[in-house]
Amino acid sequence: MSDYQRNMSLTGEPPKSLNAGQKIFTALGLFGLAILIIANFNVNFPDKTLWLSIALGSIIGGIVGFSWATYSGKSAGIKNDGVMFKSITSRGLWAWMAILAFSGFYVLLYFYPQYLGLVADGDNTGVIALFDPFSKFLSGNPASQWFVYGTLYTIAILSFGIKFMWKYRHNSYELIRTGSVMFFQASFAFIIPEIMSSLNQPYYDFKNIWPLNYDLFAGYKIDEFLGAGNFGVAMLIFGVASIFVITPILTYKYGKRWYCSWVCGCGGLAETAGDSFRQLSNKKQYAWNIERWVIHSVLVFAVVMTTAVVYSYLKGNESAMSIGSWNDFSDKVVFIGEQDQKPLHDVVLAAQEAGAAQVVYLDRSDSDQMVTLESKEGITIPFNVVKEKDNVQGIKQVNEQKQATLLPVDRSMADIKIEKGTESVIYDNVWLSKESFVWGVVGLLTLIFGLVMIFKRKELAKDAKIGAVAYFVIVVGILVFTYLDGSGKLFFFESWKLNKYYGFLIGAVFSGVIGTGFYPIFGNRVWCRFGCPMAAILGFQQRMFSRFRITTNGGQCISCGNCSTYCEMGIDVRAYAQKGENIVRSSCVGCGICSAVCPRGVLKLENGSMEGRINSDSVLLGQDPDLMALLSGNKNS
Amino acid sequence: MEHIVIIGNGIAGITAARYIRKLSDKRITVISAETDYFFSRTALMYVYMGHMKFEHTQPYENWFWEKNRIELKRDYVKHVHPETKMLSLDSGEQFSYDKLVIATGSISNKFGWPGEDLQGVQGLITRDDLELLEVNAPNNDICKRAVLIGGGLIGVELAEMLHTRKIPVTFLVREEAFWSGVLPKADARMISDHIISHGIDLQHEEELDEIIGDENGRVTAIKTKKGETIECNLVGLCAGVKPQIGFLASSGIETDKGILVDEHLQTNIKGIYAIGDCAQQRKAVGERKPVEAVWYTGRMMGETLAQTLCGNPMEWSPGNWFNSAKFMDIEYQTYGWVWAEPKDGNEHYHWQDEKNERAITVEFEIASRKFIGINTFGIRMKHEVFDNWLNEERSVDHVMEHLSKSCFDPEFYKKPFKKINTHFQNQKVPS
Ligand SMILES: Cc1cc2nc3c(=O)[nH]c(=O)nc-3n(C[C@H](O)[C@H](O)[C@H](O)COP(=O)(O)OP(=O)(O)OC[C@H]3O[C@@H](n4cnc5c(N)ncnc54)[C@H](O)[C@@H]3O)c2cc1C
Ligand code: SF4
Ligand code: SF4
Repeated sequence: MSDYQRNMSLTGEPPKSLNAGQKIFTALGLFGLAILIIANFNVNFPDKTLWLSIALGSIIGGIVGFSWATYSGKSAGIKNDGVMFKSITSRGLWAWMAILAFSGFYVLLYFYPQYLGLVADGDNTGVIALFDPFSKFLSGNPASQWFVYGTLYTIAILSFGIKFMWKYRHNSYELIRTGSVMFFQASFAFIIPEIMSSLNQPYYDFKNIWPLNYDLFAGYKIDEFLGAGNFGVAMLIFGVASIFVITPILTYKYGKRWYCSWVCGCGGLAETAGDSFRQLSNKKQYAWNIERWVIHSVLVFAVVMTTAVVYSYLKGNESAMSIGSWNDFSDKVVFIGEQDQKPLHDVVLAAQEAGAAQVVYLDRSDSDQMVTLESKEGITIPFNVVKEKDNVQGIKQVNEQKQATLLPVDRSMADIKIEKGTESVIYDNVWLSKESFVWGVVGLLTLIFGLVMIFKRKELAKDAKIGAVAYFVIVVGILVFTYLDGSGKLFFFESWKLNKYYGFLIGAVFSGVIGTGFYPIFGNRVWCRFGCPMAAILGFQQRMFSRFRITTNGGQCISCGNCSTYCEMGIDVRAYAQKGENIVRSSCVGCGICSAVCPRGVLKLENGSMEGRINSDSVLLGQDPDLMALLSGNKNS
Repeated sequence: MEHIVIIGNGIAGITAARYIRKLSDKRITVISAETDYFFSRTALMYVYMGHMKFEHTQPYENWFWEKNRIELKRDYVKHVHPETKMLSLDSGEQFSYDKLVIATGSISNKFGWPGEDLQGVQGLITRDDLELLEVNAPNNDICKRAVLIGGGLIGVELAEMLHTRKIPVTFLVREEAFWSGVLPKADARMISDHIISHGIDLQHEEELDEIIGDENGRVTAIKTKKGETIECNLVGLCAGVKPQIGFLASSGIETDKGILVDEHLQTNIKGIYAIGDCAQQRKAVGERKPVEAVWYTGRMMGETLAQTLCGNPMEWSPGNWFNSAKFMDIEYQTYGWVWAEPKDGNEHYHWQDEKNERAITVEFEIASRKFIGINTFGIRMKHEVFDNWLNEERSVDHVMEHLSKSCFDPEFYKKPFKKINTHFQNQKVPS
């Protein structure tokens, strides 16, 4: 108890205590937060714009002022004074309270946005309502919980980014890198998507690459892209190129850091707001073992899930004949095209079973012959036939989820009114067949697997090889099974459900509640280290084909351990440095902090030639050459 | 199976143990009194400053030792009996060995100052010292002022440490600038200024005369040679270290300042070796001192001795001298030799930036222009490059021209090499 009391006290002794400036600015920041919390209890602020500005201004002012109070009086240099004494940064009581608050916020955000004031049809209340004017100003739409989150997230990266820059003001690498993450968050993640949605373009954060952006190839997203014409198609192509072309090239040249600590939003938050927690990552060898299994499992999950989602999208879109209970049609309007194999009646019935609100037959032909149902037996939902050429405008509006009116072919019927916000799915023919897709994926995986096994076998540890073979067999097995099984199910799960589980487990719980909410306990990169499938891919590229490495400076290491302690990815940097080995690790995000905190100038992040990049048989410089040769010989044996 | 016993689990003893294990199947026991596991002595300061916890200073996880069959024993060796190949331990146990490696490190120098055994007077070498410091100087309430004696590397570390707890520090150094027994004047002055800029009361050409205590045997003040009395609650003794060899008295192992060893690191008794801080070379290697209390030397001696013990006799023949340290915010590295005063026939070239944060000093032979060594401050340079230049006996002109090749600063750092080069060229022109 007395221990806690000591930890709890904000006064304490230097370097643990807060100085006067730090206290004032902490209070200012908390005041800003308090306004948001009060707003959430539906206290009606007379002038929302004003109060939101006050709240956000206080938060920003509090953080920036706190940084000023912390660093302006100190000389530039590494000042991790008291990190291990402060309650919040050394898993004390404050840290536990902070994770309750953070992860609690994430639970509301992901699962109970209504408690933040989200109202589906009608005006928002609570804290979301406070953000309405700002959202309307940017995109014309009312705020959502994601808008609130995005705003706070961006503010966190920008203001804690300033704090980080102050702290490392002597280090140009850190300054430029932090400027970069701040820029990408403010523009690509925040402003640009809002502007795009005000221009009625699909919401797209260009830097959010699949598989981190696991929803990119979800059916509704693809429809959205395709529905947005050429620009949408270009975005879709960019999404595919990002992961398959752009990413490998940049990672080859610069290592995964170009993304993880220069561009990515998760990395951006970890490096700025999370910087105070980097020392909490687990450096033990068992943690590394867990890391490798978990992160690669998530990657496999992401690949299988995405493949299945795209597969069933293609399958459905090939022809409406394949509609079945695996489709998630709840309350959607289903458009179908020409049918030749399956009786129309059966298709409509299947759509009804999948939960469709109504089915519209889109007649593309010029003939005057009316399409009709063979019988209406068992069909309880509305069925209509419309000519495409009569309804170009209406269909477009349906796609944009606007209110629309369609003219039925049968003029004796009433016009079809579709409410604003109704989701629709169009079953149409797409150029890519499900067969070529699945075989394409299998082929690509085989190619990567084969190349690695042929050219990089020697660089893989035994367990890595076993893991690779096991995962390869499992993934290809699942895909082939899905294909042959034909039900669109994957181990008894419909693909959209799989997508939903992934979104829940990985997208929300892992990356949000634990990944960010638990910063003060697990460190700032738990998600990046254990969970992110994108990091797994980039890490694989970095380990296998990249010019990036951290070089060590001859024999200068004194094994002090600063580098390992402050490596947010839990890499035991010292273990390499004290042997004179380069650090070539898939998880290294190139934050550069190990190099910054090293008191002896031992570490340097570099892009060099692939040759000799991994020098595990090196020895420490300083001896006479004979002994060095002997030592390196001993290492090999 | 031969049983090798190592006394001392510091960098020297542990490196020897690791390499013996790599090379052989011999039984290895490490007996040490201070801690259960190897830790990095150089990192003690970071524990007090709160940068790290003590556990972070341990380079290997605890399972490492058993997995590599290195037996650890926490005990103090009171006597060595070479005739019976036995050790008497503090616990009362008698422990036998086949071959003995002594790697017992250093203790603080004391010069018989009056009052040097008072409470509140301490050095900073061991983990116990660190814990003692938490008692003597936990905060600026209990420790209203600290006085540090002796301007060496441990002194400046202690100053930085106390400074993080806002404890006022008076720092007495005998020389006219910090560490100027080792550093050339210009370098030493820059470091002095830097230390003072942190608010440390650095007093040059000042020495301790006496330490004054109260009736409870606690330090209350010190008196300097110039006659000033400074009230304080902590006196940090940082006037160098000396080998820890007290327990060898009457063992028959020859000692001087340290344990005397030959070129194979063997003492006067066959099968007993000494490495690390506690060893003293009968014949100094090159320009090196007979006793070298640095991390790197301990490590390299461990590597060398392991070869000898595993049937591959090796002479102690370290390569080019190198070292590094950090003075508050300024990192320092050195390669080759730069003496406080240039050696006969040598000259210094010095460059310093406007902000007094970066500097280099180069020593070279005037006649042949051979490059002898470099000190760098605030610029990280590559060990390997200088090692090659020294081996190749490059000229100072070659080194200065290619200085940027040795750059080890992080990416995007502003490089000073152009400026240095111009400055160097301008100086060369006889005026
Ligand atoms: C605060 C500080 C900072 C330093 N910083 C640097 C630096 O930056 N760079 C650098 O190069 N060097 C530095 N040094 C010096 C460096 O730490 C030493 O040179 C190095 O640790 C010596 O290693 P060693 O193995 O010889 O002895 P030690 O590390 O001293 O280990 C000897 C061990 O033997 C034990 N022992 C002694 N006698 C007995 C006995 N009779 N029985 C059982 N056990 C015994 C001791 O308790 C001790 O644990 C620093 C030293 C200190 C104190
Ligand atoms: S190894 Fe260094 S650069 Fe890489 S993640 Fe760790 S601290 Fe950052
Ligand atoms: S690389 Fe630097 S920070 Fe890491 S252990 Fe070695 S000296 Fe310390």
